[in-house]
Formats: sequence, structure tokens, C-alpha cells
Amino acid sequence: MENNQNQYTPSDYKNKQNVRWCPGCGDHAILNVLHKAMAELGVAPEDTVVVSGIGCSSRLPYYMNTYGMHTIHGRAAAIATGVKTSRPDLTVWQISGDGDGLAIGGNHFIHAVRRNINLNILLFNNKIYGLTKGQYSPTTDRGTVTKSSPYGTTEDPFIPAELCFGARGTFFARSFDVALDTTKEVMVAAARHRGTSVVEVLQNCMIFNNGAFAWFTDREERLNRTIHLRHGEKMLFGKDLDRGLVQDGFGLKAVKLGEDGYTIDDVLVHDAHAESNFLHQQLAMMDGSDLPLAIGVIRDVEAPSYETEVQNQVDSVVAKKGFTSLRDMILKTTETWEVK
Amino acid sequence: MLKNTNVKSVEHVVIRFSGDSGDGMQLAGNIFSNVSAGEGNQISTFPDYPAEIRAPQGTLSGVSGFQVNLGHAVHTPGDEADVLVAMNPAALKTNLKFLKSNGIIICDSDTFRTADLKKAEYTTDDPIKELGIDKRRVMLVPMTELVKQTLADSGLDQKAMLKCKNMFALGLICWLFDRPIESVLAKLKAKFAKKPAIYEANAKVIRAGWDCGHNTHSYMPTYRVETESVEPGIYTDVNGNTATAWGLIMASEKSGRPLFLGSYPITPATDILHELAKRKDLGVKACQMEDEIAGVCSAIGASYAGHLAVTSTSGPGLALKSEGIGLAVMAELPLVVIDVQRGGPSTGLPTKTEQTDLMQALYGRNGESPICVLAAVSPTDCFNMAFEAARIAIEHMTPVILLTDAFIANGSSAWRIPEEQDYPAIKPPFVTEEQLANEWRPYKRQGENFARSWAIPGTKGAMHRVGGLEKDFETSVISNDGANHALMIETRREKVARIANDIPDLTIAGEKDADTILVGWGGTYGHLYTAMEELNADGNDAHKVALAQFRYINPMPKNAIPELKRFKRIIVAELNTGQFADYLQMHLPGREILRINKIEGQPFMVREIVEGVIKHIEEK
Repeated sequence: MENNQNQYTPSDYKNKQNVRWCPGCGDHAILNVLHKAMAELGVAPEDTVVVSGIGCSSRLPYYMNTYGMHTIHGRAAAIATGVKTSRPDLTVWQISGDGDGLAIGGNHFIHAVRRNINLNILLFNNKIYGLTKGQYSPTTDRGTVTKSSPYGTTEDPFIPAELCFGARGTFFARSFDVALDTTKEVMVAAARHRGTSVVEVLQNCMIFNNGAFAWFTDREERLNRTIHLRHGEKMLFGKDLDRGLVQDGFGLKAVKLGEDGYTIDDVLVHDAHAESNFLHQQLAMMDGSDLPLAIGVIRDVEAPSYETEVQNQVDSVVAKKGFTSLRDMILKTTETWEVK
Repeated sequence: MLKNTNVKSVEHVVIRFSGDSGDGMQLAGNIFSNVSAGEGNQISTFPDYPAEIRAPQGTLSGVSGFQVNLGHAVHTPGDEADVLVAMNPAALKTNLKFLKSNGIIICDSDTFRTADLKKAEYTTDDPIKELGIDKRRVMLVPMTELVKQTLADSGLDQKAMLKCKNMFALGLICWLFDRPIESVLAKLKAKFAKKPAIYEANAKVIRAGWDCGHNTHSYMPTYRVETESVEPGIYTDVNGNTATAWGLIMASEKSGRPLFLGSYPITPATDILHELAKRKDLGVKACQMEDEIAGVCSAIGASYAGHLAVTSTSGPGLALKSEGIGLAVMAELPLVVIDVQRGGPSTGLPTKTEQTDLMQALYGRNGESPICVLAAVSPTDCFNMAFEAARIAIEHMTPVILLTDAFIANGSSAWRIPEEQDYPAIKPPFVTEEQLANEWRPYKRQGENFARSWAIPGTKGAMHRVGGLEKDFETSVISNDGANHALMIETRREKVARIANDIPDLTIAGEKDADTILVGWGGTYGHLYTAMEELNADGNDAHKVALAQFRYINPMPKNAIPELKRFKRIIVAELNTGQFADYLQMHLPGREILRINKIEGQPFMVREIVEGVIKHIEEK
């Protein structure tokens, strides 16, 4: 990825289409932040491809002045894999919602993550199907009443991070729609990561699931109920940064500095680059009740990326065999005879 | 060497190798075919193997066969065999029906033990008698014992020794058909280049098999098979799946577009994935994806990114890819879909051949979704038609489905390796500077063939969005307008219809002025052609026929319907219940389309077509 900072402005990535999401939808904020993140990254619009599936969030490519594909339900990861594998020189973003990415597209999602192909997957999680007008999704909490669960759902949701780590993911970050700076920070980090980056953006659907994330986004309590993780920094949170996460047996515990004998020295330092995902998983599973919801980059480790491995393998066997054409290959590798 | 034996000179001869699916019959058959091709024979082969990798040993369900027809003017693997090699009683029982009534049988008599006979469901201890076979036609050879004796000093264990039994049979057949044993050994040496001990053992056993025939069975006639004079060039032996893969590579070289394959293993198409995976050495990116859907979708992504993109599958996989192909129709992206047809519906008969995906290929998508459909007529024609599929996909910006089938995919024949100039350049309709300067829109039609231009990521000033939603004819932005939708549907239909301006005419073979035309499509060509020759040579003028074999199905060649209309009687022969006949009927309203159908998982026999045609002629 070339880094031509300041060469582009957010408007270079924006096109003239009217944005047609509902007024107040969290997607508007995410779109604006994406334009800014792209400008900061400085990859040329013509070298950028945005691929989506089907759903409200999947309309996003139409609002980008880049190459884009608005495809079919659930298949964005597979299509983006084709773009990136064939053209490793392109920067590829994938936009999926929780239904598109984790229900109908669940198989492609885990396999993209397992392959560690260099896609930047933005998972817009509003815990609902919006475009079909309000059915429960695979991230909807148990018991939630929706149009297709009038008496409440009777199943547990996926936690996207858990799915990502189960598929041996190398990058996972989280933000929410109203946390603009955090969203931009994790998008930029995701793009700089070589391999599959999964960015979960918690996003409010005004119409069908309003207030799903109000617990975290509440202006007064946000800093007490979330923790912004940064690699190499102490895991501190709270309005006055007076609370921290400490090891507690095999788990984590939130403590107040100065209480029960805990000091700053007891507070864990975030290591997003740790090979083991054990603690990353613990952090990602915190749900804001006893422990604060984690936002920021939770895991970011290096591993070979699929499209690079494919390209390197092709280059090396091409060089090793040295065939000049199909005919040359056939003549050199098969049994032939000449008819005169 | 053979002067004391009875030598029979024949135009062509059919040999069927059969045994347990672990007996190595495919290998023995392949080596024999290749050696024969090297001797100047035309060859046509047909492997017939069970769906199970290792069915219980010695049982009827575990029998695997390999049939080869060699000689002069060979178009099919032959209806019935002149010689049957049966490595056990189960193979003898299941394959006897493929042998001519005066054909020769070669058996391993050491396998006629009580336990073997029981597994093969015999009720007596004399399988030859039980099956009513004339003993004079049978060469009973104690192959197991002879192989063990031959390899007694080799140091191999018994299991390894018995693995060489197929080579004993091969040696025997080489004696019978006067094949040079040196060529066989050369091929074997190449195969076992890294295992010299295994090569030595097999070579010894081949010689033992040859000697056995030479020394003990001189009363059996040996054959001298006529050789063919063919177009000069360098030849190799190729099966349909490999030819398909190579045709795509040729198209990649001729279009300058790198080749991408997104695929998923499925019988009988997997060998295309295998071959293209090997061809990373020619720069091919062949990706085994997580499922059939990801196979087609990754190809669509690669197509958008500017590659010659392909997905390969068989019937059930084509069903899974339908929605993806619909996206390629709507996004107007070049995409080649290979469907190696097998017996259906559902899992059906995975290893057997059929022509039952035609309707699925033509119509198996939601909405008005026209697509170009092609069919290859023989193993070597797979090369041409894969090239054609890619040429049409790229130059007309459309998905193309190429139908082959298990019969031609696994069958092989000798093939002249094409020279550089044998195939035309393929010209991708890239977006031009001039178009970009003149209000270019991605879905704007460019030129006579109605194709849109291909703007590949990385091209400055051509950033655009494609997708499954309907687009405006003028502006290319999303449109829900009814009149525009109707216009776009008509435009996509017309685009596919105009491919007819860019394909060769249908060839009418045989008696062009006969009353009757025999019509086929795809992989039945060899059988139909041979049937046509037999009908025209049988001395009865009423039996004279012309033959039309379709390669281009949608659109059809422009001359096809006018040509067919000239004939009094149209007979369509196909391996299904009448899909192509029904399709033709739409284009020939009011005309009666007579039919010959077979749907048993096996190719036609020439005899069945000849009899079917005569029956129709006598009735009408």
C-alpha cells in the first residue's frame, strides 16, 4: 500500500449520489468516517475497490468514488477474495451487515478470515435485518422481540469477535457509529494490517432496533461502560481514567485504583500483537455489564496473507519451470509423437 | 516373430480392461492407448468407474473398466469390445455384456476361488459355464501365480507383488496386438522415475505377460491394427478435462488476460481444477474455494478486476452457482462456467454420463437471464470450445456456460498440439481514452455487438459501480423505472442474440440431400457420426441421413433453423428425455421433432442410434 498522505481529501472518495439511508441511521456517520480514513491512507480512488453484499449497509459502494461492486446476499467476502487474489495491488474493502456477513454469508466470512486474505472487512452490526423491515439477525440478543420473533427469539447470538478468533483471525477491532475518532482510527489500522481485518462497528438502526447500543453510547456513562484499548497502553477506563482491568485467575476483573489495594502497577498493558488470542478473546467478550465493552484494536498480529502467498507461489513455479507458453509446457511435460 | 501365429488384420479393434477398482485397470488402459496412438492409430477411450473410491474388494459394485477403440476412422470408444480383460469373476460378470458375441476373454484364473465367486454372487464353482461362455473364447491365465513367480527374487512383499498384476495383463495384451514393448516400458519408466525398484518389478511383469502370450497361447489370433494417415504435427494424448483446461490457457495467452479459476471439487469436473492448479507454472491462479458459490463468486471478483475468470463444476454445483451467474448477467462481466454433466437429479450418478443440464444451463436462473451456452463434441473439441467460451465471454462481455460431460471429460484421443497461429487473438473491449473523454458510462453499449466496455480497477477516471440492481440505460445509475427495465431486458437479450454474428455456421455432414437429418449436440458426436456412416453405407437409399451436431446452442448458428427446415424428417438423439428436442421445437413451431433418447448413465451405442433412425424412417 502506498502512503501518499495529504494527496487526497475525503471528497475525492465521495461521489455525487444522494445517500438514501434513513435520516439518523448510523451508516451516515460510518460512511463519512470511511471517506476520511481513505484520505488519510492515501490510496488512489482508482486503486480502491469496495465490495458489498445485500442489505442497508451494502448500499455503501454506490456512495463511493472508487471502483465498487454491490453484489448478492452473503457473497461479498467470496467476491472480494476473487478481486484481491487476482489483483494484490488493489486495496479491497468489504462492507457487510450482521445478516449478510454472519448468516447467509457466514461460511465465506470464516473462510476469508481463515485464509487471512488482505481484505478490510467492515461489519456493520445493528443486530437486526433492516432492509427486509425488522427480523432478528444472528447477532440479535436472546429473547428480543422482532417481526419474525413476536414472542422473543429462542436462540443465542454470535459474538462476531468470537467467530473471528475461532477462524484464527489476525485482526479484530471494534467501534460504534457515534465514536467517530475511534472508528477512523480502527479503519486506518485495519487497512494497514496485512491479512484479513475485521472491524465491527456497532450501529444504531433508528427504525427497527433503536437504542440497541444506548447502554454504551449514553453520553454520561459511555466512558464508564466502555474501554478504549490501545496497544502498549494500560487498560484504563472511566471518566477520570481511575479504573482498570487486572488479571483475576483465568479471567479479568475491573478495579478502582486505590481501592482494595490495587495500584496502577496491577493494571494490565494491552498487547494487540500477542500471538496467543486468549486474552484478546477475554477482552472482546466483555459486554459492558460487569466489565466494560472493549473498543479500539483488540488484536493485530502478523501472518502470511493469502494473496501474497498465492502470488509468490505462482512467481516461483513460473521461474522454476521456465515454460514460455502453453505449447512449450505440453511439449516438455507430456508424451508426444510426431506425424510427418 | 509372429510368423507361426495367426495374424488378423483389422480396421479397428475395441479392448475393455476390467477389474477391481484398485486393480490398476485405468493405468493399464491408459498406457496401452498411448502406445497405440504412438503407433499411428486413432484412439478413443472411455473410463467407466464406480462412484466409490474403494468398494468392497471383489464385489460387483467395485468393478472398474477402461475401454479403448483403436485403428482407422475411430470416432467412439466402440459399442462392444473385441477383447475383454477381466481380472476377477466380478469383472467378468459385470462386463460380459460389453463384449461382442465372438469376442475374446482374458481372465486371471487364480481368482476363481470359492470366496471370490461368492463375493461376485456366482452360484456354481465354474463361472465360465455359469455365464454360458464358449470355452474356446477364453484365455484362462493363472496371473496371480505367474506374477508371484516372476517377482520371487524381487524382495517385494506379496501385497506389492500383486499390485503388478495389471502390468501382466498389459504385457499379454501387447503381445496380442503386436505393440512394441519398448514403448510401454519407456512410458512406465517415466511414470516411476522416482521409484526405480517399482519400475523394475513392473517391467519384469510386463515381459512375463508378453512371454506368456507368445509361448503358450499361439492359437489365439493376434491383431495388426490399421494405422491412420493424419495431419502432420506433434501429437499427444489428451482427455476432455485436460483439453478444457488447456483451451482456457490458450485463450488467456491470446487475450493477454491472466487466468483465474475459482472452483470446488466435484466429480467429474475436478480434473480441470487439478490441471489448472498445476498450471501455476504458466501463471494461472487456481483457487480451491470453500464451496461452489464461492467458486463462482471469486471468479466474478476476478473478472471485475480484469482477469479471464472461470469456474468449473458439474450439475449440482451449477445449481448452487445460479445466483452468481445471474449477477454476472446483470453486471455484464465476462465469465466462463464449465459444467461437466453427470447423471442427475440431485447427487444422481456422479461418475456416469448424461446430457441433462441443458435446460438448467439455458434457463436455470431467476428473472429474464439470457446466457450464451456452448457444448463440446469430443475430448479434443473441449480445447476449441473452452477457447470459444472465453473468446465470446470477453469480446461480448457476458457469462458463457460450456457443457461437456463425463464421457468426453474422461475419454481421450490423440490430439495435434496447436501452433501459435492456429487460434485468433481475443480482443478485450477495454474502455478507451476517447470514451472516457466523452461521457463514458459503464453500461453504455459500445458498437454493433451491444457489449459494454471493460473498465478495470487501476484505470484512472473510470471508477464505477456494478451490481445486481437494475441500472439506467443512459446514466448507468440504479433505476426502478419500469420502461427502463423493459429496455434493459431487451438489450441484454439482444446482446446474447448478436453473438450469432460471431460464430461459425452449423455444418451439415453426410447425405445433404437426404430426407432425414439426424441432430445431436455435445458429446454424442462420435456415436452419431458413426451411426450416420453406417446408415449411409447400408445400401438402402431410404436410410440415407444427414447429420448436424450443435456446438453453439444459444444463440444457434444463423443457418441452423433454415437448414433443418429443408429436411422432411428431423430426428434428435440425446442422452436425456428430450431437452434439446424441446428447445428446437420452440424454434420450429409446427414441425414434428422425432426423438431418440437414452438415460442410463452410459453413452449411446451406435447400434441404438442406427436402429432408432431406421424405426423412425419406417414409421413415417
